[in-house]
Amino acid sequence: MTNNQLTESGKLKHFLTIEGLKRDLLTDIMDRAEQFSSLSGRQVKKVPLLRGKTIMNLFFEDSTRTRTTFELAAKRLSADVMSLNINTSATSKGESLLDTLHNLQAMHADMFVVRHNESGAAEFIAQHVAPHVSVINAGDGCHAHPTQAMLDMFTIRRHKQHFPDLCVAIVGDVLHSRVARSQIQALAILGVGEVRIIGPQTLLPTDSQTLGVHVYHDMEKGLKDVDVVITLRLQFERMQGALLPSPQEYYESYGLTQAKLDLAKPDAIVMHPGPINRGVEIASSIADGPQSVILEQVTHGIAVRMAVMSMALGSQPEQQDKTA
Amino acid sequence: MVEPAMTTVITDINIQQTLESMAAEIRQTLAGKQPLLIGIHSGGVWVAEELAKILGSEFFDGDLGVLNIAYYRDDFTRIGMHPQVTPSDLPFPVEDRHLLLIDDVLYSGRTIRAALNEIFDYGRPASVTLAVLIKRNGRELPVQADIIGHTLELTTRPDRLNYATPMASNLSLKIKETQHD
Repeated sequence: MTNNQLTESGKLKHFLTIEGLKRDLLTDIMDRAEQFSSLSGRQVKKVPLLRGKTIMNLFFEDSTRTRTTFELAAKRLSADVMSLNINTSATSKGESLLDTLHNLQAMHADMFVVRHNESGAAEFIAQHVAPHVSVINAGDGCHAHPTQAMLDMFTIRRHKQHFPDLCVAIVGDVLHSRVARSQIQALAILGVGEVRIIGPQTLLPTDSQTLGVHVYHDMEKGLKDVDVVITLRLQFERMQGALLPSPQEYYESYGLTQAKLDLAKPDAIVMHPGPINRGVEIASSIADGPQSVILEQVTHGIAVRMAVMSMALGSQPEQQDKTA
Repeated sequence: MVEPAMTTVITDINIQQTLESMAAEIRQTLAGKQPLLIGIHSGGVWVAEELAKILGSEFFDGDLGVLNIAYYRDDFTRIGMHPQVTPSDLPFPVEDRHLLLIDDVLYSGRTIRAALNEIFDYGRPASVTLAVLIKRNGRELPVQADIIGHTLELTTRPDRLNYATPMASNLSLKIKETQHD
């Protein structure tokens, strides 16, 4: 993918994918997120940085966590934000995506946060918006979910600090996971020691070799001495054909239980991008257990999204007054 | 940056003397109020630290608070995101307390406007006293300092005002006007 998400001076204009970004930029996102995290201890948890800006969340696909944290992030930056559930509005009346977009742009939107079930949707929108508008990808098909990957990196850094020393295992439905794809790219850019993907053959990408990861089909071997375990949801809605015997059988082989987790390092952390299916990819006792940082990930989503939004809208100030 | 074509020393201030007279005024204004000390990042922090040394740790209640107003500036849409920002750190509740706010230079008043906005997001202080090392002309907002170390009247508008953070070994401050080609 061409890197049309950066300005000429290398600043973030859109945030569409982790691919092709530099380590400095990812570190900058995490550092800024760290600064925004400190707001949560205040009486007023917001700053007037994006006052007067209009941010529109365009969700063509369901979401709870991502949409809510994007909304909260925009509000904490004092932007005006609205969330549109596009499935149930204009497009169901036959309006094309670009017509919808141009109408929203005519309302002087400064940023679109886009989730879509088609890979490449956010990039398509980024190519067609006015020059002053920024686009953030909140998940497109099986392609990318860059803000989720960054909040995961932020969570790992909070617990483990130094990426080159780490071994990270991603377990489950990697094939259909835009989160895993973005995580693998981010981990590589941050110079992580080793990334393993663990799952049945049918749920791992065929291009695993080119991703620079180690592939395991056996949980016991794959989890041995890892520092971070990332479990993934089985994405039944994206599966075509019979890729799995049954959720119960999957749990037997690949569900994260205490016995399996005990093979990882004693201080290993357990992550999950949500929503979790208890008793399918993870045991309830692990999800709620002392090694789980799943709810921390949710909290970190706000600060990371604040960082990305403020960086994108602060990257090209001179074009501020241009309208659609 | 191009080398300055002309550098003129405008003023030469004895820092130690200036700080001591500011401290005396602060003592007079805030005695018995157990004030909390807040320095504005970055120049104000240095001045606040020096004042705290003179006034003694018992004068202030608690550690030095640092305010970084980067997220409260009014020029975000013009100059965009600042590079790395050290977050503000007020290690005390400000509610109903007397605050002493310190900055190095009071010029347009915009920094103080931003600082007051940020302080009120932490709570509602009983009072805020503003002390600055240097007040220069060019005020754009109705913001005044209560305690002023040195007043500077500039007849021309230099494109850049240089003043170096003084070294402990050499407590004098030279303010220079530089002009570029």
